[in-house]
Amino acid sequence: MSSIVRVKQKQIAELMNKGKRLDGRELNDYREIKVEMGIIEKAEGSARVLLGKTEVLVGIKIEAGEPFPDTPNEGVLTVNAELVPLASPTFEPGPPDENAIELARVVDRGIRESKAVNLEKLCLEPGKKVLVVFIDVYVLNHDGNLIDASALAALAALVNTKMPKYEIEEGEVKVKPGYIPLPMQNYPIAITFGKINGKLAIDPWLEEEQVMDSRLTMAIEKDGKICAIQKGGTGYFSTEQIFEVSKIAQEKASEIRKLVVKE
Amino acid sequence: MPKAEEKLIGKDGIRIDGRKFNELRPTKIEIGILSNADGSAYIEQGKNKILAAVYGPHEVHPKHLAQPDRSILRCRYHMAPFSVDERKSPAPSRREMELSKVIRESLEPSIFLEYYPRTSIDLFIEVLQANGGTRCSGITVASLALADAGIPMRDLIAACAAGKVEGQLVLDLNDEEDKKGEADVPVAYTPNLNVITLLQMDGQLTLEEFEQTVNLSLEGCKQLYAMQKEALKVKYVAVKEEVDE
Repeated sequence: MSSIVRVKQKQIAELMNKGKRLDGRELNDYREIKVEMGIIEKAEGSARVLLGKTEVLVGIKIEAGEPFPDTPNEGVLTVNAELVPLASPTFEPGPPDENAIELARVVDRGIRESKAVNLEKLCLEPGKKVLVVFIDVYVLNHDGNLIDASALAALAALVNTKMPKYEIEEGEVKVKPGYIPLPMQNYPIAITFGKINGKLAIDPWLEEEQVMDSRLTMAIEKDGKICAIQKGGTGYFSTEQIFEVSKIAQEKASEIRKLVVKE
Repeated sequence: MPKAEEKLIGKDGIRIDGRKFNELRPTKIEIGILSNADGSAYIEQGKNKILAAVYGPHEVHPKHLAQPDRSILRCRYHMAPFSVDERKSPAPSRREMELSKVIRESLEPSIFLEYYPRTSIDLFIEVLQANGGTRCSGITVASLALADAGIPMRDLIAACAAGKVEGQLVLDLNDEEDKKGEADVPVAYTPNLNVITLLQMDGQLTLEEFEQTVNLSLEGCKQLYAMQKEALKVKYVAVKEEVDE
């Protein structure tokens, strides 16, 4: 940690001791969220999420393909994340690094473990042809908490997805006219906390991420269960902090879910 | 092939491999078994067979990665192609890259990296055979390899998963329980500092179940911690006797 970062950490930690943050929020305040859906016409589904100044675009593409041998009756879901160099001076061109891979895998875990998409309904011919859903996360501006922004954008894009009607005719995959929505059955929301000098703050932005010693993400399903967790960073948490995070995450998730899912 | 009807937990509460709900797999630990490495350790936990080796602190390559105020910890978790049922490509998978990252981040809080500025500590974890819970066994054995390398540490770190299988909370899931179960929560814990340095979860748990599962895995970590200390004693008491002779 450079000395400038250390000075900043001291400043942020002192503020947090008074329950305040550099950008004026309180410890359990989320930044303003904006969700736009269906902004890429060529994609089957798409969404852009603005979380403060963090901006993430997710596009969904659907293709016919082969199932995995261990799940012959289920469609395939894959998540990839690109930290494109235009999003931050710290991002470099090249294949996904460990941060991009972790981001994609945490987004994937929330969607997969909550069974957000009913993959059995994406099977065309058991063991031979299924639909493959590609979720591509494109980070456009990095101002902290990429996990929550990406998970929300991915969910919004899935909700927005209209897929072509595929049918099997004489062993061939045929595309019929018309579109149907993806078979959605759950709506996971990821909530991340940063830990700075022993204190927790929800939705850490870039200045806080640079000085935080660890983060904890929990993905919460529509019925309030936890479906994915990831701890990151080189610090640690006490058990009390972990249980505190789970309770606040559960509350926040149901608020944020309303932005994407109209009950 | 097991029949589709076969249960993972019997009516008497005994699991498929004969364990009770709160029982660890039979575990064997050895320390200092690779002569070239500065520190090494080997663990067998059930059918998991994992080697860990530490090189360093030594000069960093490439040099620009060096930090002026501390050592850097680098970690590679890797599975042998023959460690699983279907041959695994030896190229690092996305899963292995994520695990390398979370394992590194779980061990870093225990190491006094500031004692060795401008150096690196390189940690290699090779999974020779995998049968569920390899990230946890990997952390447990890696912490011992670091200790064997003589690197100053705040405490050992022990890791163990707990999860939910057929509606019951169980400790230290094997591969079959992990794949067919409802949830898996790997935890790394350091008893002296009483903090959690790795926490992941997949599956579905209510908040109450989650609390119980974390507490169950902490019990497993404490048992493994005792085995870790015992293994270090066995190695270094033996060395001391040799020196005394």
